[in-house]
Amino acid sequence: MVTGVIGSDTHIVGNRILTMALEKAGYKVVALGALTPAPDFIKAAVETDADAILVSSLYGQGELDCRGFRDLCVEAGLERILLYVGGNLVVGKRSWDETQRTYLGMGFDRAAPPGTRVDTVLEWLAGDLAAREADAERASA
Amino acid sequence: MSAALLIDFGSTYTKLRAIDVAGRRVLGAGQGPSTVTTDIGIGLRAALADLERALGSLPRFQYRLASSSAAGGLGMVTVGLVRELTAEAARRAALGAGAKLIGAYAYRLTAADIKAIAALAPDILLLAGGTDGGNSEVVIANAKRLATSALACPIVYAGNRAAADEVVAALSGKTVIVAANVMPEFNVLAIEPARAAIRQVFIDRIVHAKGIDRAAAEFDAVLMPTPAAVLEGARLVADGTERSPGLGDVLVVDPGGATTDVHSVASGAPAAGVVPQGLPEPRLKRTVEGDLGMRHNAGSIVEAAGIARIAADSGASEERVRELLAALARDVGHLPASAEEHALDNALARAAVRLAVSRHCGTIETCYTVTGPVTVQHGKDLSGVAAVIGTGGAIVSGRSPRSVLSTALADAAEPLSLRPRRPRLLLDTNYLLYACGLLSTVEPQAALELALAHFSELDEENTHERACCA
Repeated sequence: MVTGVIGSDTHIVGNRILTMALEKAGYKVVALGALTPAPDFIKAAVETDADAILVSSLYGQGELDCRGFRDLCVEAGLERILLYVGGNLVVGKRSWDETQRTYLGMGFDRAAPPGTRVDTVLEWLAGDLAAREADAERASA
Repeated sequence: MSAALLIDFGSTYTKLRAIDVAGRRVLGAGQGPSTVTTDIGIGLRAALADLERALGSLPRFQYRLASSSAAGGLGMVTVGLVRELTAEAARRAALGAGAKLIGAYAYRLTAADIKAIAALAPDILLLAGGTDGGNSEVVIANAKRLATSALACPIVYAGNRAAADEVVAALSGKTVIVAANVMPEFNVLAIEPARAAIRQVFIDRIVHAKGIDRAAAEFDAVLMPTPAAVLEGARLVADGTERSPGLGDVLVVDPGGATTDVHSVASGAPAAGVVPQGLPEPRLKRTVEGDLGMRHNAGSIVEAAGIARIAADSGASEERVRELLAALARDVGHLPASAEEHALDNALARAAVRLAVSRHCGTIETCYTVTGPVTVQHGKDLSGVAAVIGTGGAIVSGRSPRSVLSTALADAAEPLSLRPRRPRLLLDTNYLLYACGLLSTVEPQAALELALAHFSELDEENTHERACCA
């Protein structure tokens, strides 16, 4: 797992709680912390062979920072990596549904609205990773 | 009297220093040609004869230790995964081991890369990639590719531990030495084990492969490449020994004929409140600027510094500088004779030192976030080093060592560069750093005291006045 807060965003608390929960659940986590440029997530994921990248954004510019994130992953050979995003993603009067569509459209597998419980994220991860594994087995069979 | 003989098998000269170990003094120096292409012993015996002329008779040497940069030095190629991560860590390990880096590769090696590496014919290849338990696919693929190549040199593997068995199996036809990963965890640098492995391969195999052991009767051991000996010397004078303190953090600058080397012994950690970015920095760091060489790369020094600056600094016209450079390019062994040539050499050395130290030292920048400005640091903060030491002929034999060495200092015009602010400026007048690096392996206390007693302090008021610093 790779976690971090993207862009010029210093709001680290939520991301740190998520990181601790992931470690407690037995995942090996590379925590990049605050102020992390998008390419650094990808470089860390390549070198550590990560299964998922969990991106936080809380300062309202997530949409700009995350644009092209999936493309960067594909470029680096991480076509199949899971991408989650969470934080204060809704900007202005937009609804959550619309915001979620935007992020899923950018290639994120999950977008977590404000107030999402850590347990929910862990459930998503367990399910999505199992599904990936089943896919991979089917592909190799 | 216990005497030590310290030998540097260089690419041009075989240099000797004879040391009175107990007396902490230099008995004498000798020099002969480098004859590694024919028989290394010829140059060594010539140098010994030169030393004997200086001393009257040769003492019985208790230690006879050598370093070597002969026969092209320790040519290395490094291979890593992500360019800024394991590939960079591998590069730093190779440079720290005193290697001459002739190729650095990242990601998957292509057929063309393999061909290029075989053509480079390195003395050692350092293969890294993946954190421990991280990516193993690429490094295994690279090992398989290398296995099919014509490459005959030893391969040091310092990549993902989990892939080591498969890498060794893939490279079964080659000589493989496994060391601990240069990056065991993400963004954690651990280059010491790889450096030690490279050093061992150098002693066990490269010395023989280069024919240096043909003169083995004349010395006890070739311990390391000469740049590594200089780095060891720098470490010794910075850290001291268990009994005596050293100088504290130091920066060593060595503008040579082909490259300019910069060594730092300092943590380089950011000041309070400054956020570090990028790969952590090794405390012992060596950088080599391949485009800044006083002779072989004088043209590219001028290119990097700008001809206007060199002309202004040397007091010659741009046209005249071009003429002198062309003459240097034709005769790279040339020593300056006229006042004009001395002035040009001084300007070249000043530019080489300024650029090489700028590249070696870190920088800071201010990032504006919604919570206010944050200062971010890349590289090492060397603003607080206690001493800057100049070594090598271009500084030591130059007309004004202080004017050259002072270009290493922080400059108000470049406030974002973390260069030394108020260090002592010292001169390795007798070219002793390599010798003390070698001697430190057997007599660290004597080596330290010898070095400290022989550096010259460059006085601010008078460039030519050289006082002893210890």
